Amino acid sequence: MTMQLDLPLIFAMLMALAILAYVILDGFDLGVGILLPLASRAEQDRMVASIGPFWYANETWLVLGVGILLVAFPHAHGVILPALYLEVAAMLVCLILRGVAFEFRLKASGWHQTMWNHLFFVGSLGASIAQGAMLAGLVTGFRPGPFFVAFELLVGAGLTGAYALLGSTWLVIKMEGDLHQRALRWAYGAVVLAAIGVAAISVATPFASAVIMNKWFAWPRWLWLSPLPLLTAGAFAGILISVRQLQREHSRHEWLPFVLSVWVVVFAFAGLAYSLFPDLVVERMTLWQAAAARESLMFVFVGTCVVLPMIIAYTVFAYRVFWGKARTLHYGE
Amino acid sequence: MSSDPLLLARAQFGLNIGFHILFPSITIALAWILFYLRIRIEFFNDAWCNTAYRLWVKVFALSFALGVVSGITMSFQFGTNWPGFMNKAGNIAGPLLGYEVLTAFFLEATFLGVMLFGRDRVPAWMHTVSALLVAIGTSASAFWILALNSWMQTPQGYEVINGQLHATSWMAVIFNPSFPYRLAHMMIASGLTAAFLVAGLSAYQLLRHHTFEPAARMLRLGVSIAALFTPIQIVVGDMHGLNTLAHQPAKIAAIEGLWHTERGAPLLLFAMPNGQTRSNDYALALPRGASLILTHDLQGEVKGLDEFGDKHPPVATVFWTFRVMVGVGLLMLASSWLGVLYLVRRRNFPNWLLRVYAAMTFSGWLAVLAGWMTTEIGRQPYLIYGVLLTAETASAVAAGNIAITLIGYTLVYGLLLVSYMVVVTQLARKEAKGKGREEPLPGSFGAQVL
Repeated sequence: MTMQLDLPLIFAMLMALAILAYVILDGFDLGVGILLPLASRAEQDRMVASIGPFWYANETWLVLGVGILLVAFPHAHGVILPALYLEVAAMLVCLILRGVAFEFRLKASGWHQTMWNHLFFVGSLGASIAQGAMLAGLVTGFRPGPFFVAFELLVGAGLTGAYALLGSTWLVIKMEGDLHQRALRWAYGAVVLAAIGVAAISVATPFASAVIMNKWFAWPRWLWLSPLPLLTAGAFAGILISVRQLQREHSRHEWLPFVLSVWVVVFAFAGLAYSLFPDLVVERMTLWQAAAARESLMFVFVGTCVVLPMIIAYTVFAYRVFWGKARTLHYGE
Repeated sequence: MSSDPLLLARAQFGLNIGFHILFPSITIALAWILFYLRIRIEFFNDAWCNTAYRLWVKVFALSFALGVVSGITMSFQFGTNWPGFMNKAGNIAGPLLGYEVLTAFFLEATFLGVMLFGRDRVPAWMHTVSALLVAIGTSASAFWILALNSWMQTPQGYEVINGQLHATSWMAVIFNPSFPYRLAHMMIASGLTAAFLVAGLSAYQLLRHHTFEPAARMLRLGVSIAALFTPIQIVVGDMHGLNTLAHQPAKIAAIEGLWHTERGAPLLLFAMPNGQTRSNDYALALPRGASLILTHDLQGEVKGLDEFGDKHPPVATVFWTFRVMVGVGLLMLASSWLGVLYLVRRRNFPNWLLRVYAAMTFSGWLAVLAGWMTTEIGRQPYLIYGVLLTAETASAVAAGNIAITLIGYTLVYGLLLVSYMVVVTQLARKEAKGKGREEPLPGSFGAQVL
């Protein structure tokens, strides 16, 4: 081949896509888990039913994201994961508990069932906070110290808010009656938390790195970058307005808060990607330095070109199959 | 607790991978059994299949969930526990794992959702196709991960540039010498694990409700699969052993407990290999047995451990895990063929045999774990055989952090394992209790109802 593909860049974009897909898709089902204690037992079953068919595949995007980090950027993989060792372990234990609680709560009985219900919530919340802490570590380049732990917790709370926002607006689409109305109320609270989180990361990231500071605030860059924060703020406002509207009257546009929430995530993610690019480890390792050998990337690239469109196609198929209001979860028989 | 980070990292990874393998061992084959049931429901309209499918799809979902969550953990632990491995061999390990995610994980995860919850939302044929795609996904996953594991046992198709491995031929990497044997051995092992799980839980149901037809049918199915696969597994296992002898003779020497190279080497039935004296205590041997099995010649020469200096695995562990695996295999052979005696004469299984099957519900796990320990510990002290020592790959993570998370994982996995076994048994009991009385088939169970 005469034309040289910039494979590290392509894989960095694929990894970003996988992580974004993960944050949105597992984000809404983690969010539903976080909101679980606010509902009664019967309502909880309906809430969980709305994410039942999806969570396995949603979590697979995380494996793909980490997989690409492993496949395409093995050198960064070896720096990032040991640096985030405890955060990663905490997230994994929480994801384990949550994932199995999903199955066990349907099949166990008595106090056993109650325990798994609690663990479903605890796992969802814990995984969100741990992922926030991982994000905090990534944008600040893994600095130790008490200030950093506080920042980790702040971002953890912000990400929890964002997931709760995705979860509650998802429930707005999927639920009917009283639960639909309550989901709208939950969305209010979640918007506030999520906005604090986005603001916190936006303010703290430039202070953590002079390079990032320069990227955002050097003239005339901030001028053509200014639409990004404005769009984010606009999307937040749009969520509040559309939720308000839906509380007043029933509308066919009940999917609007969810779509706007997704846009909030996309904008925030784009800002982060811009901050970090082209580093994978802030100021220490660019994506080209971290990349695997060309023949390895090429081998996976060929497969990705064939398989990824198929994955996207059948993912869309699965979501279409379960389109519409969720019914109580039961195995077809 | 030891504060050696390498030992802790190995213990943690071993715990995780040992826990993980339990569930794919079930789901790889159970997915195909479920597809078979779907076909019977669809084309033959068998009423009992619906009841059986309802139970086993639940068992499958539960096993799958446990496999997914422990699998996610593993994808992180490659990096956290063995950064040296990814640094040196990431160019080869990465793409194989990448293909597993792309071709297997999404497929099985997405269509499992359709298979579990889509019955009233998709046409029946689509439901059956979903079951097929899930089965293909679980098997594809096994293909890629076993390609990687086999490559670590018998590496080829690579060159070393600046201390890093680069693939020269992906066909040679994937279809490395031990891959076909290991893949076949593991797929059949999964078949046996699922067969004994099916037979065991069905026998348990029959012991409580003698007239529960779906359990009788599933028991017959499980026993038939076991009776068919156990002899094949013994042949494949023997071929796998000969392949190991050719490529990893130190592992075979440890399995045989053979300290010195010998002609006419004995087959040790029992012994306490002693690493200090480099000899066996309390040995009970079959003269020339090992030479006969390994070289198919009574006077054949078998290489002993002294040929390998200190580059051989810990002998006692490998010696015993191998014997546990073979022992369970022989039990499987005996119990399944005892069942066949009743099947061919169209007689009921007696209660004592039902109890045997119920006791052997999780026997596949024991054999799978023992077998994997044999082959993985048998590869030591190498991580990639002959290329990379395990000690060279360990993480710089502080021992304290590994110890804390090791305790966490142990507690969580302990809880999950107990819960899994309790819930699976409860599911079987509930299903039999609910349906056994509705469909009375007086005086008939086991083979007769067929």
